[in-house]
Amino acid sequence: MGHSSNAPNKLVAMANQIGTFFATQPKINVPEAVADHLRKFWDPRMRNQITSYLKSGGTGFDPPIREAVQLLVTQDNQ
Amino acid sequence: MSLVNEIDYGTPASPSTEMVTLTIDGRAVTVPAGTSIMRAAMDAGVEIPKLCATDMLDAFGSCRLCLIEIEGRAGTPASCTTPVAEGLVVATTSERLDRLRKGVMELYVSDHPVASLDPCQQDDLELLDVAAQVGLTENRYGFDSTRHRNTGLDVSNPYFMYDPEKCIVCSRCVRACNDVQGTFALTITGRGFDSVMAAGSDQSFLESDCVSCGACVQACPTGSLIEKAVVEQGKPDHSVITTCAYCGVGCSFKAEMKGDQLVRMVPYKGGAANHGHSCVKGRFAWGYANHKERILNPMIRKSTSDPWQEVSWDEAITYTASEFKRIQAKYGVRAIGGLTSSRCTDEETFLVQKLVRAGFGNNNVDTCARVCHSPTGYGLGLTFGTSAGTQDFDSVEQTDVMLLVGANPSDAHPVFASRMKQRLRQGAKIIVIDPRKTQLVRTPHIEAAYHLPTLPGTNVAILTALAHVIVTEGLCDEEFVRTRCDWDAFQDWAAFVAEPRNSPEALAEAIGVPAADIRGAARLYATGGNGAIYYGLGVTEHSQGSTAVMAIANLAMATGNIGKPGVGVNPLRGQNNVQGSCDMGSFPHEFSGYRHVSNDAVREIFVKDWGVPLEKEPGLRINNMLDAAVDGSFKGLYVQGEDIMQSDPDVQHVAAGLQAMECVVMQDLFLNETANYAHVFLPGSTFLEKDGTFINAERRIQLVRKVMEPRNGMADWEITCALSNALGYPMHYNHPSEIMDEIARLTPTFAGVSFEKLDELGSIQWPCNETAPTGTPVMHIGSFVRGKGNFVITEYLPTAERVGPRYPLLLTTGRILSQYNVGAQTRRTDNVVWHDEDLLEIHPHDAEERGIADGSWVKLASRAGETTLRAQITDRVAPGVVYTTFHHPDTQANVVTTDYSDWATNCPEYKCTAVQVSPSNGRTDWQEDYSAFSKQSRRIATSEAAE
Ligand code: SF4
Ligand code: SF4
Ligand code: FES
Repeated sequence: MGHSSNAPNKLVAMANQIGTFFATQPKINVPEAVADHLRKFWDPRMRNQITSYLKSGGTGFDPPIREAVQLLVTQDNQ
Repeated sequence: MSLVNEIDYGTPASPSTEMVTLTIDGRAVTVPAGTSIMRAAMDAGVEIPKLCATDMLDAFGSCRLCLIEIEGRAGTPASCTTPVAEGLVVATTSERLDRLRKGVMELYVSDHPVASLDPCQQDDLELLDVAAQVGLTENRYGFDSTRHRNTGLDVSNPYFMYDPEKCIVCSRCVRACNDVQGTFALTITGRGFDSVMAAGSDQSFLESDCVSCGACVQACPTGSLIEKAVVEQGKPDHSVITTCAYCGVGCSFKAEMKGDQLVRMVPYKGGAANHGHSCVKGRFAWGYANHKERILNPMIRKSTSDPWQEVSWDEAITYTASEFKRIQAKYGVRAIGGLTSSRCTDEETFLVQKLVRAGFGNNNVDTCARVCHSPTGYGLGLTFGTSAGTQDFDSVEQTDVMLLVGANPSDAHPVFASRMKQRLRQGAKIIVIDPRKTQLVRTPHIEAAYHLPTLPGTNVAILTALAHVIVTEGLCDEEFVRTRCDWDAFQDWAAFVAEPRNSPEALAEAIGVPAADIRGAARLYATGGNGAIYYGLGVTEHSQGSTAVMAIANLAMATGNIGKPGVGVNPLRGQNNVQGSCDMGSFPHEFSGYRHVSNDAVREIFVKDWGVPLEKEPGLRINNMLDAAVDGSFKGLYVQGEDIMQSDPDVQHVAAGLQAMECVVMQDLFLNETANYAHVFLPGSTFLEKDGTFINAERRIQLVRKVMEPRNGMADWEITCALSNALGYPMHYNHPSEIMDEIARLTPTFAGVSFEKLDELGSIQWPCNETAPTGTPVMHIGSFVRGKGNFVITEYLPTAERVGPRYPLLLTTGRILSQYNVGAQTRRTDNVVWHDEDLLEIHPHDAEERGIADGSWVKLASRAGETTLRAQITDRVAPGVVYTTFHHPDTQANVVTTDYSDWATNCPEYKCTAVQVSPSNGRTDWQEDYSAFSKQSRRIATSEAAE
């Protein structure tokens, strides 16, 4: 049995779970709120792992989370 | 040093603000109305002899020793039961009074098996002190009278004994058990001369309902109830005031010593958190400090399959530093990290996070609060602006309705539970939201107004349903909300909770509680007077833990139950210093005082003070560290006083993470479960062996004082300093007070705190600064820390952990009174007589369906793993729900808990795991393998072999 790690699918699940909260909040931009949460609470290697996963065509992202991670990618490129 | 002898005023202080002046023995005394004459006299320095009175208890008036004369009144009334009145003229001595007292005293003494009247000859006998006080020098009836009610010694309790022969039937013990502790375990049986105190219905103490809090022992004036340690070791000769190292109540104790031996711990009346009361853990369960399994020498090993080698401190520290440097050189600066402990002092915790940030050069620091109250930090931060309980414990005295959510204070915060019970017996009401029928649902003289036995995982649903009732029935405190909260946010929230899908009727089925009960409870909380919410890990340890904390904050704001005594939102903290370890900056994203590491201005303050550049990116949390270890990017961990292998969820995952690391450094008292995977073991010191501070659940900072030298040679803070120095980041402190000075310098909420001030004031509740120089008992008065209170929408989202055909039951976990956390300390004391194994509570219906008998072995399985333990059939749990504790490593209850966690903080979802239970005839493979591995891993090479 494999043990869970920071493997991309786990990180995606965690990000999606964060999204479920922000998606219910009024008057906020969900992708921005999620990206902000990831910047505040995720260590850089976790953010790198999830952005690389997205860049390599990774799947499983809820739509606003895909956007949130895209925001991190854009920020990294700046 | 001498014994700290507290003044006994005979009766409790009167809360009245009206003052009354009277004359006692010619002296004018002014005291609050309602004070007894006995207490007023003591205030004036006149000690009236007494036996049945003590200031922990209301007056009883049975012994007739405290007689006085009052001008213009006939007779000799008892001063303990007679209240003061304006202008009274009282005499406490006269020829008549002296004669009466001596007569009474002589009868008591003659009926008491003492050998002489010399108090110095006897252990701890208030009786003989009083005899001396009334001038009784001889006993005409002799000392060899035998009692007619000799029912034999009761030594069944491991810590104290009861000798009925010495009982004078003053009822102090019975009243202590009833009025202070609230257990009602003792009675007076028999009549007249035959009457005597008895536990339960003539049972032994151990068989009775007694919870071994020790209040009766403290109250007994005759030594009829006495600590075994005092009998064995003799009277203590000096004492030091310190703070309990077990739970978040933070009781103050006098550590009473004889030479360098601790004889007993006696709760200190001056303690602002406990006011002289205690529980079995703090009072009696300190024997682990001298347990034979305690490790006193540092040890290292290359591989976890090797036996341990004892080495010098120097070698252990140098080896650790070289390993950490090697790992960082090979895998990068972020490849190592540290864990602080909620069991260590603030100063020690502060140093570990400083070591990580300044010495390791990254922010990979986390603490066990991750797995308990991290959602409190996030949730209260977002709604109120800071992460802490809003009240002091004393606030409960003004509470009319308690809303208790996911907490079991009778077991986990016993001394505060006793305070709650006192208030409930005075008529306050309680609503209990808990899957289990915990003690506060029904206990002598207390019956909850509502018990809402939710299905595990539905807190957000029920809290939102309560809000629905409050909003739709117009029970909000609109004026409070308009003036104190963000009105827009309130309106959005009110519209959301008012939606029909959030009504009790719509959610009742998911929650498992009738809608009418939810409605009734909501009305009671909103309209019953001062409403106070107390909550525990049953709220936080869920995938929606942070959301539930916000839902709680919403309820308090909507009903105006915040910002004054008697109300508030109060997280009951599990371990002694959870609050402190969070305050000290143990989380990877924030410095002390909850300030984010990316805040340039804040970081600059630390950079200047610490003299090194600091990382602005957040570090890894515990669970992320373990994941990163499996991934290969995290290789070294310094753990101070935590046992993640037993306390963290999904044990097999923890094991995999630890195994993947190249240098795990464990600093603890014992070879705990995590140490099985360690390469370096640094022996820690106990709370008796060091100076420092703990912060309890009411934000109260209290001193921990050293009463003996560290048996391992170094206090934990000194070990961290040594490691830092070896790593090339110098840390030099002469005393923990200097560390507190640094904390105060760098943390605005602690700006006014120092050891000197703590010594002077006894304790301080933060924030303590220029505007609040003596601290802050109640927070958010006038305005919230964040300005306007913020309402947050709390949509109920069922956890991904669902029951199904394979795992049809829900497991929730918790702890019991006599054991503490992973049990490392309490399992190594006589507390095991009350709990020597973890049991699985299961409802009779579920047990019958599975052919499970009470006491039989069962297999508990989830998708994460399986273990075996014995079943206890009880209707404390609802059908469909099972419950166990996690105190024993043989059971490893966390083998079955999963890696699901709170969305915001990754606090694990301990309180809700889908499981199956089936009869079993033996241990699981995991248990067999682990126990063999554990035995192998704990080997210590004999010194010969080591050479
Ligand atoms: S130890 Fe506590 S619970 Fe037990 S009888 Fe005494 S007061 Fe009651
Ligand atoms: S464990 Fe808690 S309640 Fe018990 S004595 Fe210690 S601080 Fe007090
Ligand atoms: S002390 Fe007052 S009657 Fe006993």
